[in-house]
Amino acid sequence: MAKPLLEARRVSKSFAGVRALKEVSLTVYPGEVLAVVGENGAGKSTLMKILAGVQSPDSGELLVEDVVRTIGSVQEALSLGIALIHQELNLAETLDVGANIFLGREPHCCGWVDAGRISKEARLVLERVGLKVDPSTLVGDLTIGQQQLVEIAKALSVDARVLIMDEPTSSLSDHETKVLLSLIRELRGRGVGIVYISHRLGEVGGLADRVEVLRDGENAGSLLGNEISHGAMVQLMVGRELSQFYPHQSHQTGEVVLEVRGLRTRAYPGQAVDFQLRAGEVVGMAGLVGAGRSELLEALFGVVPALQGSVRVSGELVSPRSPRAAMDAGIALVPEDRKHQGLFLEMGVRENLSIATLHKEQAGGFLNRTKEKALCEEMIPSMRIKTAGVDQPVQFLSGGNQQKVVIGKWLATRPSVFLLDEPTRGVDIGAKQEIYRLMEELAAKGAAVLFVSSDLEEILGMSDRVLVLHEGRLSGELHRSELSEEAVMRLATGEQTEAAAI
Amino acid sequence: MKKNLGILGLLVAVCVVTAFLSGSFLSAYNVENVLRRSALFGILSIGVGFVIITGGIDLSLGSVVCLVGCALPWLLTVQLWPLPLALLAVAAVSLGIGLFHGLLITKLRIQPFIVTLCGLLLYRGIARGFTADQTVGFGNEFKTLRLLATGKVPFLPGFELPAPLIFLALVAILAAIFLNRTIFGRYLLALGRNPQAATYSGIPTQRMTILAYVISSGLAGLGGVLFVLDVNSAQPVDFGNFYELYAIAAAVLGGCSLRGGEGSVVGILIGAALMQVLRNMITLVTTRNNVEFAIIGAVILLGVVADELARRIAARRRAAHVLETAGVR
Repeated sequence: MAKPLLEARRVSKSFAGVRALKEVSLTVYPGEVLAVVGENGAGKSTLMKILAGVQSPDSGELLVEDVVRTIGSVQEALSLGIALIHQELNLAETLDVGANIFLGREPHCCGWVDAGRISKEARLVLERVGLKVDPSTLVGDLTIGQQQLVEIAKALSVDARVLIMDEPTSSLSDHETKVLLSLIRELRGRGVGIVYISHRLGEVGGLADRVEVLRDGENAGSLLGNEISHGAMVQLMVGRELSQFYPHQSHQTGEVVLEVRGLRTRAYPGQAVDFQLRAGEVVGMAGLVGAGRSELLEALFGVVPALQGSVRVSGELVSPRSPRAAMDAGIALVPEDRKHQGLFLEMGVRENLSIATLHKEQAGGFLNRTKEKALCEEMIPSMRIKTAGVDQPVQFLSGGNQQKVVIGKWLATRPSVFLLDEPTRGVDIGAKQEIYRLMEELAAKGAAVLFVSSDLEEILGMSDRVLVLHEGRLSGELHRSELSEEAVMRLATGEQTEAAAI
Repeated sequence: MKKNLGILGLLVAVCVVTAFLSGSFLSAYNVENVLRRSALFGILSIGVGFVIITGGIDLSLGSVVCLVGCALPWLLTVQLWPLPLALLAVAAVSLGIGLFHGLLITKLRIQPFIVTLCGLLLYRGIARGFTADQTVGFGNEFKTLRLLATGKVPFLPGFELPAPLIFLALVAILAAIFLNRTIFGRYLLALGRNPQAATYSGIPTQRMTILAYVISSGLAGLGGVLFVLDVNSAQPVDFGNFYELYAIAAAVLGGCSLRGGEGSVVGILIGAALMQVLRNMITLVTTRNNVEFAIIGAVILLGVVADELARRIAARRRAAHVLETAGVR
């Protein structure tokens, strides 16, 4: 085999005492697509950031063409020919496309930016990624998918020999994805080493020459050529068969608990959304990034009240003008951004668990400490929250245990409608399964559970029914028997199907 | 409580040094005087502490002290209002100012710094306007009323407690109970830690923020009344000047983080006392009063830097500990 372009040897990295990577090794050869797969929190993004100089490893070494290097910054990585396309977009929205592509390395003449050259060269790379916009368009005016392509064009323009792509298709439409995949194949043909991270295993199966699987921050195994299959990847990712991983059971569904009619959110005022949730149901909500899923949940929970529409809980009309009003109606929301929206990081487990029920347990405005203590004594063991004590600040808990605290705080309000926004993002596998088990238990107890997820495996594995949003519109509904990755993606990318008529 | 030990140590150290350098520091007269000043500033500091805990700031309270301190004698001696009505009026004005600030900050989302900075200019300007920049005072009247601030309560033989200390004790106890034992106190602390998570937890964040500003202005009003009763007259040009900074400094020294979410009443009290002991030390020990600000500024900076360093060392130790236990597993 050819000389490796880039090699990581026994790389470890910890954040605030939590080990993200443990002696992980990875080799990238020229002219191959190496897919790196793993669950959320398996350490993929951390590894990529280390390869691209965004972060430095605690131990282990990096070799570029067999020479040991310390890659201390993104600039250094770029000069070695390594470019990273981030999962989160890193563009300056108030600058135009051309300026973004050449940000930090503008062609210039004695300090004057050579705008003509920027425009000319930007046009060339934009053409290669199949993005038909003028380089003078403001990035803020593009769709998320187009912005992603600008990010890719930016990486192409440096002539990288190793191109790392972290979930590049997560916000692309079907067509855009196809263009990108053919571009990747073209780059591979020209000897570029491509590291490709994706949740979409179907995509990986069709593209990758080699697959490296990470699990809980360690190498879990690798697959070559014919060994690459959906089942083989999942098995390495979760360490067991998929059917055992999702504890989904079919439920006895009961009365309609939540009825939403003509709901218009501020994000998509032009789209009225109607749907129902029944008692005992687990309903998944799929869609691309920016499809308005979180906005819909936030409208139902009163964080950003809906512009119009009616919401009924168990037949009774409620108007969620504020989270408190939604809570009183029996709605709970586990928000998308755990650290910023879900938790008080510096406060203890006890204070985080009780915060949503304090007003119910008060005695004339005074804290009811006995009830607060009883709540902790109930929740910590029953949810298996691993903590040094009730007053341990939640910032020192692992992602999974933090999420359990957020879920526990809402369980305490005994909601009849449980909304969860990306409930397993950044959570390790063990905690993930426990969260699924909790969702199942809630449904079994008669609550209606609605969860938003970008993880298709999870949507397919956990839902009785799937609602798909496309640009704010409910583009379709799929029952468990009709579920497939392709069916969900078709609706999510806005392709018309007969299924949408149901 | 552990968090307050550092600042308590600093207070004790400054007291010991001052007592060593100046014989009159421990005289009954001086101790009473320092206690009185500490009590008056303590009331202001507790008020601004509530605002700081929510992550906000109140720069206007020195001017509220001025407005109330001028309005009370003016209403009583110039306008000849009956006492209960005058007291009611200044109470309403100071609480109203807090409500006004709170509404601007929550409903219009104007930054607290801007709102209260404008308040700082506005209220002093109003006071200077209606008094026409003339000193207002009680003269020889209202001696009984003035006992609220100048009076003394027998405590030990040869030593009496100044009356404002009683007010401070009441305010401090109520504030401590409010902050630590009621759901509203918990809401304030949570709101200061993470306003977004507070919203997502169903905490009425706007009402709680408004409440904090009402408490701050209300206590500034109470402070203003006591200050003017204590010194008998108020000059609108400089009455209460810089008091907001003394109060904020005391709260920060006492462990309130300007980032919000942190602070205790006991800490604020110690911080307020430290400020007054420092000022007293400068008067007693040096002959040059003009270095007062420089010394106070330097000491506050030292205290805050030491606190930050201690916090970092603690965080590093904790991280190392977590790593160790994780490694064992």
